[in-house]
Amino acid sequence: MSNISHSPESAGGNLTARALREGIFAGIVALGLFVLFVGLETTQNIRNELVLNQRWGLLAIFVAVAAVGRFLTVAYIRPWMDARKAAAKAPAEADESFFKRNFSKIAIVALLIYPPLMVMLFGVQGSLKWVDNFGIQILIYVMLAWGLNIVVGLAGLLDLGYVAFYAVGAYSYALLSQYFGLSFWILLPLAGILAAFWGMILGFPVLRLKGDYLAIVTLAFGEIIRLVLINWTEVTRGTFGVSGIPKASVFGIWSFDVSAPNNFAKAFSLPMSSAYYKIFLFYLILALALLTAYVTIRLRRMPIGRAWEALREDEIACRSLGINTVTTKLTAFSIGAMFGGFAGSFFAVRQGFVSPESFVFLESAIILAIVVLGGMGSLVGIAVAAVVMVGGTELLREMTFLKAIFGPDFTPELYRMLIFGLAMVIVMVWKPRGFVGSREPTAFLKERKAVSGSFTKEGHG
Amino acid sequence: MEYFVQQLVNGLTLGSIYGLIAIGYTMVYGIIGMINFAHGDIFMLGGFAALITFLVLTSVFVGLPVVLLLLVMMVAAMLTASLWNWTIEKMAYRPLRGSFRLAPLITAIGMSIALSNFIQVTQGPRNKPIPPLVSSVYNVFGIAISLKQIIIMLLTAILLTTFWYIVNKTALGRAQRATEQDRKMAALLGIDVDRTISVTFVMGASLAAVAGTMYLMYYGVTVFTDGFIPGVKAFTAAVLGGIGSLPGAVLGGMLIGLIESLWSAYFTIDYKDVATFSILAIVLIFKPSGILGRPEVEKV
Repeated sequence: MSNISHSPESAGGNLTARALREGIFAGIVALGLFVLFVGLETTQNIRNELVLNQRWGLLAIFVAVAAVGRFLTVAYIRPWMDARKAAAKAPAEADESFFKRNFSKIAIVALLIYPPLMVMLFGVQGSLKWVDNFGIQILIYVMLAWGLNIVVGLAGLLDLGYVAFYAVGAYSYALLSQYFGLSFWILLPLAGILAAFWGMILGFPVLRLKGDYLAIVTLAFGEIIRLVLINWTEVTRGTFGVSGIPKASVFGIWSFDVSAPNNFAKAFSLPMSSAYYKIFLFYLILALALLTAYVTIRLRRMPIGRAWEALREDEIACRSLGINTVTTKLTAFSIGAMFGGFAGSFFAVRQGFVSPESFVFLESAIILAIVVLGGMGSLVGIAVAAVVMVGGTELLREMTFLKAIFGPDFTPELYRMLIFGLAMVIVMVWKPRGFVGSREPTAFLKERKAVSGSFTKEGHG
Repeated sequence: MEYFVQQLVNGLTLGSIYGLIAIGYTMVYGIIGMINFAHGDIFMLGGFAALITFLVLTSVFVGLPVVLLLLVMMVAAMLTASLWNWTIEKMAYRPLRGSFRLAPLITAIGMSIALSNFIQVTQGPRNKPIPPLVSSVYNVFGIAISLKQIIIMLLTAILLTTFWYIVNKTALGRAQRATEQDRKMAALLGIDVDRTISVTFVMGASLAAVAGTMYLMYYGVTVFTDGFIPGVKAFTAAVLGGIGSLPGAVLGGMLIGLIESLWSAYFTIDYKDVATFSILAIVLIFKPSGILGRPEVEKV
């Protein structure tokens, strides 16, 4: 060890000089990157002509941050990280803690008591934000990501147009309830079936395609669905969207319509509030998400699930062992799509309004990012990734204290997607295998052992 | 007939722009096998760089000749976009080289979101119109061809020849092709693989920046979301032509441009993108590796 660990004192001067050099270089690069976009701002004047605003101070800050940041990284942070990595080489985590072993059980219990807890903490009306913006919003993404995980994580087929099935589910509910007056509980399975059917339709042409050809066709499929929704105005009302979508009821026993005689709040003689509906929706999406997880876990142990994973690992070997790759791919697409459809009809019932705006490519990208960041194939990792990415960006809306630092004009809202994009990059570079880097195989010899995620392949399709 | 030829010219102009962007996709894909999703936003960034340069030039030097103006805009856009793509490659893609295939795809999508929002935050969300730079229109056998269209097609032809020459006849191009075929072997033979990949990104970005400048000149307006749709179309073009093949990218771009303008001319304009994407799907069903792409042979 002693011959390779050069002491920082002897290398200190050298290192500082290098850091200084790299810092200056980073500053120059940052100047080149930002001089046009940060140093100058294009704004319209009164005559609606473009004029330039000069912001050299801001540019100086950008350049300084880049230079100093680079200097500190090279001079201090990187040596410190290396030292820490060397120290951490010693055998760690012999026994997993109780919390870690029972993580999923604890998480489910926590989710079950989450809405009452919020009501207790913030009151009936105050809990709305926490249950709706954080709880339901995150759970929708968890469910979508778990659904996409079947296609990408298990079967290894890269799908960039998953949002299409979400849209099919949402519009199935919105349109069928508007035109035929069917209730949510009939349309929920129907939306799933319709989405699964569309999954098959997408599946057929792409059976022969691989890798990025598959990716672009799925992306194109997602765009086609969205464009049809925009342009088929007689049915979908185009960009205006479908509004006034009826609410779901508790299996027809209690309704959440204010005028209905069996209104939930009236039945229990509670004060009127929309919070009850949100809490009901929270449990509904929780149940749907858990159903997705349960089905995924069970399917992985069934022949079809094993076939998916075999397909992901090696398609040729899979085919030579007599697995029908056509049905394997089609079932992966359609079952993944089905859960997207469920989530879609839930989305429609939650918003009461659907428009093509909600089903842009960005949504597909976010869902795929959650699946990959979570560590493909790992349900817990995906849930953690959804909480971090979606919850994190929702949290940015709340950061009003930043106004105190950056002045009253500062709107954290604006920076939400910028930070989201950068976070995607940073998390991926930091943990290329996702948050949960280990997998629990369903087939094993004698002893069940978690294996490193790097042993699983990501598929060719 | 004249109407048809007119649409043909329009389609080829649009196709030239798509082709220029598609080359960036196809070169990056060829060399490191990654879909560079941020490429469309590099194109948008190039357009913005050209726009800002235009405003600087017109406010500092009044009455500059248009040729010089366009040239300076283009060079500034190329430099800026190249620097951005170079930095992005270094920060977001290089650490993940050798990692699994989806990792750089996700960072590229993240970069794409970040770039378009960066422009939204720094330059504002509104459309940015500029006064028309070139407005003369020539009448050739009853077909109106504008000078803009001639410039775009001519420039595309010049750039394509240059790039074809670079890739096929120079040492740099040889290094690129070697890296594309076998990265490890190329490194063993003394090719600086990292540098070659960086150069590829820079080349792709400068072509996208030219496309961005041309797009700005052609339509006279740009906005921060402009990267996505042309980006996806160009990527579609690259796949349609056979990803990894330079002539394929241009052919794909021209085809997409033609499909779009002919469909809008003879059918409804609303469904032009649906037509483009459907034709992509249909072509890929019959030729799963694109029109000029080599079919992938899997060795076991």
